[in-house]
Order: sequence, then C-alpha cells, then structure tokens
Amino acid sequence: MALDKPYTDVPGTIIFDAEQSRKGYWLNQFCMSLMKAENRTRFKANERAYLDEWAMTEEQKQAVLARDLNWCMRTGGNIYFLAKIGATDGLSFQQMAGSMTGMTEEEYRNMMLKGGRSVEGNRVIGENGDAQAQNQPQGAAGQQAHAAGKK
Amino acid sequence: MAKITASVYTSHVPAIGAALDLGKTQEDYWKPVFAGYDFSKQWMKDNKPDVIFLVYNDHATAFSLDMIPTFAIGTAAEYTPADEGYGARPVPKVKGHPELASHIAQSVIQQDFDLTIVNKMDVDHGLTVPLSLMCGEQDPVKGAWPCPIIPFAVNVVQYPVPSGQRCFNLGQAIRKAIESYDEDIHVHIWGTGGMSHQLQGARAGLINREWDNNWLDLMINDPVACAAVPHIDYVREAGSEGIELVMWLIARGAMSDIQNGKVVGPAPKLAHRFYHVPASNTAVGHAILENA
Repeated sequence: MALDKPYTDVPGTIIFDAEQSRKGYWLNQFCMSLMKAENRTRFKANERAYLDEWAMTEEQKQAVLARDLNWCMRTGGNIYFLAKIGATDGLSFQQMAGSMTGMTEEEYRNMMLKGGRSVEGNRVIGENGDAQAQNQPQGAAGQQAHAAGKK
Repeated sequence: MAKITASVYTSHVPAIGAALDLGKTQEDYWKPVFAGYDFSKQWMKDNKPDVIFLVYNDHATAFSLDMIPTFAIGTAAEYTPADEGYGARPVPKVKGHPELASHIAQSVIQQDFDLTIVNKMDVDHGLTVPLSLMCGEQDPVKGAWPCPIIPFAVNVVQYPVPSGQRCFNLGQAIRKAIESYDEDIHVHIWGTGGMSHQLQGARAGLINREWDNNWLDLMINDPVACAAVPHIDYVREAGSEGIELVMWLIARGAMSDIQNGKVVGPAPKLAHRFYHVPASNTAVGHAILENA
C-alpha cells in the first residue's frame, strides 16, 4: 500500500522524506564531511577529486559542482546538509535560500525586508503565486526571460 | 520536589547567532530583533532557573544520516558548541545535568515514549542561539551559561517528524518526570525553532505573519486545539521549515494547566510576547509563560 504523502502538491517544495533520504544518502553524507576544516580545505583544493571519493551519482556530483541547490535537492539533498557546502563557500543561509529562487541576492533580501514571500497563490500547485513553476525564474532574471519569450 | 516554573518559546535562527558573534546587534537590520529580547534577559536574571530543559532540533550536526532519533535526551555532563561549517560559535560550553536528565529519561520511557539517550554530542545553533538571546553574550572562556542545561533534540529534518499531538503528550510526560525528582529545584522548559520560514526551492522566503500570530494565540490560549494542527498545515501555511514549531508544543504540554491532554487549571501568565519579520529567511517569534 502506498504511503500517505499529503505534501506533494505544495509548489516549489520538496519534502525530505524517507524516499528522498535514501536517494540522497551519499550526497548528504559528503556534505557532512565538510564540517571538518581539513575536509573543507581538501574539497576546495580539488572539488572533483574530493567528490570522486564518495559513492554519489554523477548527476549529484554535477549538481554540487554547479552549486545548483535546487538540482541537489531533486537528487535527494536536504538543505541542512547542503548548507555545509554554502558554509564552505562562505555563504549565509539567506544567500543559499535566495539562490534557489532565481532572484539576485539584493532582490531576495529586499523581499524579506518587505515581509517575505506571500503565501497567497503559493499553497497548492496550480495556483498562480510567484513560487509556481510557470513563474520561474523570479526577479529581474525572470522578467528578462519572459520578455525574450514574447519576442 | 522539582517543579517547572516557566516555559520559554523562541526561534533559533542561525543568522541571529552570527549577528551576535560578529558584533552586528546595533545595526538597523538587527536592532529590532534583539530589542524584543531586552525584557527576556532581565526576566532571566529575575527568574533564574536551576536547570533549563531545552527542546531544539539538530540541523544535520550531531545527527547525520547515520542515525536519526525522533527524540533524543542529552545525559552528558558537558556539550561542546559545534562547528557547523563556519567554525564553532564563540560561546561557552554547555554544562549538562546528568542526574536529572537520567531521571527524566527513565521516567519518560516508562511512560511509553521511546527516547534515545545520548551521552556524547555537540550542540548546534538550535540550542546555542536561544541561550544567547535569553542570557546575552557570554565570553567563550571566562563566561558561562546561568545554569545546567538538558538538551532535548527532536527530529524535524527527515519526514515524518513527530506530530504536534505527540509533542504535546510528551510534554506532559516530561512534567511528570520532573515533578518526581526529589530535589527542590526550579526548571524552565524551552521550546525553540520556527516561526514561518522556508529555506528551499522556488518558495524560499515564505513568511505568513497572520498564520504565525493565530498559531501563537492558539498555542498560548487553546493548546489542545493547537496540538491537533496537522503537519501539512505547517508546511503549506508556514513553509517547509515552519514545521519546527511542533517543538513548542513539548514545552506547552509541560505547563501545569494541562493534565491528561486537557486544560484543567488556570492558564499560565503570559509574561512576554514578541514577533518580528525578518531575521534572514525567518519570522522570529518569542513568548514567555509563567506557571500560576
């Protein structure tokens, strides 16, 4: 019988459940290794060689090298683990979270200062809020892409 | 006999720790956040507990995917602040209370909650940021937290996390455990994490001021109804990481107006309440309840 997963219809959201955790096991364990200063140094010296020490899929390695956190999450990464990569790069949690929206750092920071992202239109897939798939990427990048698409 | 005199609720945003550690508390961005805790720091001095039972979640720090305990109680004598990737926070070590912690572990397990007993772990921002907010800055070497602390880690990282109801029931078991400890000591129980925030995907940055404040009202005034709020409501309304709020229900369930899942006594006194947006990606919520 299928498990109860009432959370699959939330837009822009991947819930880290047992299935995602199994998929992302080695990716997340690699991230944990970055909590040691000597491992951070070794990773930064040769990222590809360091990643090759882990039983990660090639796609997971590419996602890490690209620092594409959305991609990392689709392959089973969890943000609290992935945050160790950001910490290694000297990024704050706000920079990491913002990077997943397509907004620039400043755009994201300003959104938060104005009270954050509204839940309106963003509760269920199929509405038309700013987190819905049809409205990506967000910010100026999204407006440019939208304008280019109209030409 | 030991007794719980008060419960404290607060967000534990890592950026708050960083702002403290980097001396940014007087910057315009951070001033209003810390101002919300001015009352609390004085209150801590006026109502100094003998022990703090601190409910928080580990953020893939002490618990990787090697082991994922749903409820873990720290029974060690001492805990070291963790290096979460930026180097450890410059805060004092956390002294534990092995005698009371072991007593609680035994009593709560006998009440059918299967706790994991942890004798060795580092503690992350989930535990140290609330201490900094409530006790002010402390020198990492010469300073000290005001009393021993019992860390109680809840899994809110990998689904399914415990339900609000389960947490609320657990709080009641923890109170029974504390009240059966022979020494005459005063204990605070703290619930931390939240409020609305989402740290992932296209929906990152979600804040729901209205939902947060309604939830706070409910948590304070109608905790039985608050405990019945299902997971999916937290995720949909308060963001995927807003689910941390279930931990507040452990502290609320431990207050003396609650017995056998029902409100039986006078409501605790609301000594302080604070709400602010934003701190980094997160809505900061805070409350102090005193037992009548």
